[in-house]
Amino acid sequence: MSMIGRHLLGINGLTREQVEYLLTTAEQFVEVSTRNVKKVPTLRGKTVINLFLEASTRTRSSFEIAGKRMSADVVNVSGSSSSTTKGETLIDTALTLESMDPDVVVIRHASSGAAHLIAKHLTRASVINAGDGLHEHPSQALLDALTMRQAFGTIEGLTVTIVGDVLRSRVARSNIHLLRLFGCSVRVVAPPTLAKKAEFEALGCQVFYHMPEALEGADVVMSLRMKHEYLKDLFVPNLDEYSRKYIVSEPMLARYAPNCKVLAPGPIIRGTEITSEVADGPRSLISRQVTNGVAVRMALLYVLGARRSDAARERDEEIEPLGLEAEASS
Amino acid sequence: MTDSESKQQRDRSDWTKVLDADQIRRSVTRIAHEILEKNRGAKSLAIVGIRTRGDYLARRICRQIEEIDGQKVPMGVVDITLYRDDIAQSDEQPLVRGTDLPFNVDRHAIVLVDDVLFTGRTVRAALDAIIDFGRPLSVQLAVLCDRGHRELPIRADYVGKSIPTSRKELVEVCLEERDGEDGVYVAPTTTIAGKKR
Repeated sequence: MSMIGRHLLGINGLTREQVEYLLTTAEQFVEVSTRNVKKVPTLRGKTVINLFLEASTRTRSSFEIAGKRMSADVVNVSGSSSSTTKGETLIDTALTLESMDPDVVVIRHASSGAAHLIAKHLTRASVINAGDGLHEHPSQALLDALTMRQAFGTIEGLTVTIVGDVLRSRVARSNIHLLRLFGCSVRVVAPPTLAKKAEFEALGCQVFYHMPEALEGADVVMSLRMKHEYLKDLFVPNLDEYSRKYIVSEPMLARYAPNCKVLAPGPIIRGTEITSEVADGPRSLISRQVTNGVAVRMALLYVLGARRSDAARERDEEIEPLGLEAEASS
Repeated sequence: MTDSESKQQRDRSDWTKVLDADQIRRSVTRIAHEILEKNRGAKSLAIVGIRTRGDYLARRICRQIEEIDGQKVPMGVVDITLYRDDIAQSDEQPLVRGTDLPFNVDRHAIVLVDDVLFTGRTVRAALDAIIDFGRPLSVQLAVLCDRGHRELPIRADYVGKSIPTSRKELVEVCLEERDGEDGVYVAPTTTIAGKKR
């Protein structure tokens, strides 16, 4: 069993030591992507299935590149082309895929709990949650943490302000769980319809409705996208009005959090939740996040995938080890 | 392969010390001289240590070469975890510690340095790792001790001491930088449960 168990379903439930272990391991993989030959043979002969039943560009390609740089065979199954459109249930899809003996199944699904459900039914493969509904997106929180750790030396005690659609954000939830493990003070700021005080205070955050006090002295500002694909009800009168109050802009940051760095999980909608001046400016760590994303996913595949398969273990237990026995008897 | 924890607190009452601090120092000095002799100086030379204890030895050899030849020699470290051939056979993953080769691999004759040469599998992995960075002019191998029992066609160019061992014995190298003292010990396997070497 690996340091973090067989699956990675969420940050909630991990210990600080486990998160630190993942970040330290991920740090080592950053270098692999800077080599001339961007590939290590570690997962040769292992199979990774990316089961993406919801739209995704960066997470899916990031997992795919990570798998390939680790020498695993990567198979992508996406929503529109899979049998789920013909009415197959998620469990049946997962069981079908498991019969092909993958070592890791990476799943993205629009329903909260989908990764847990699959993990419960798969008996051999490891499951990595690549985002389930409004619940968690652990690899994103890990890459955000790695990015912060590189920028500040440590995550411990940072003040992090998460701006925007926290209600419908699994990224925010995973980040909050992780940052709280490191004693960060986490603030969320959004219109009252999106930042439900009771929910976020229960997670250990401070809730704000106005940008100035939420930004005051922040080390990191994390800008989230308005997720109109979930719960289509109107939480804000319109996006223009939301922008006027909550857009992350340079004058606002310069005034209230002059030394802050800016993160965004992407995709970013320029002019609605973040200005181009900030997204492309010196505070932005957005492209660093994407680079780190590959390293984090390589580390996850290493930690969960680089182990003996159950079938191989059963076979090995039947075979007597040859070399040592022969020598002992001679 | 090398374990990660420090070996400071172990009881060594039934172990045999095969190299003491002075002998290790003299071996390192001799190896440095031999490297210079064989390569006709330190030009285009680079020393690369295999983690964990090979990198300390590499640093010592580097320092010696600089002292003898007056020329700075680039040093690197290679972590072979990702290249191991037994990774899919273990149930747990060793910690990845990172490789750092801060010189142009293509233009250097590399001397790989490790503490113990045993099966040769670590060296095989290190060769693969280095070749992913480029095409070195040549690769040579320096080890503090060679304990025999090779499983691959690999030999060392520079050897501190050859130690005849049984496969079931353990060879433990302690280095000041990590373990608080310099010394090489041979111990019966039963001393430390669960260790392979």
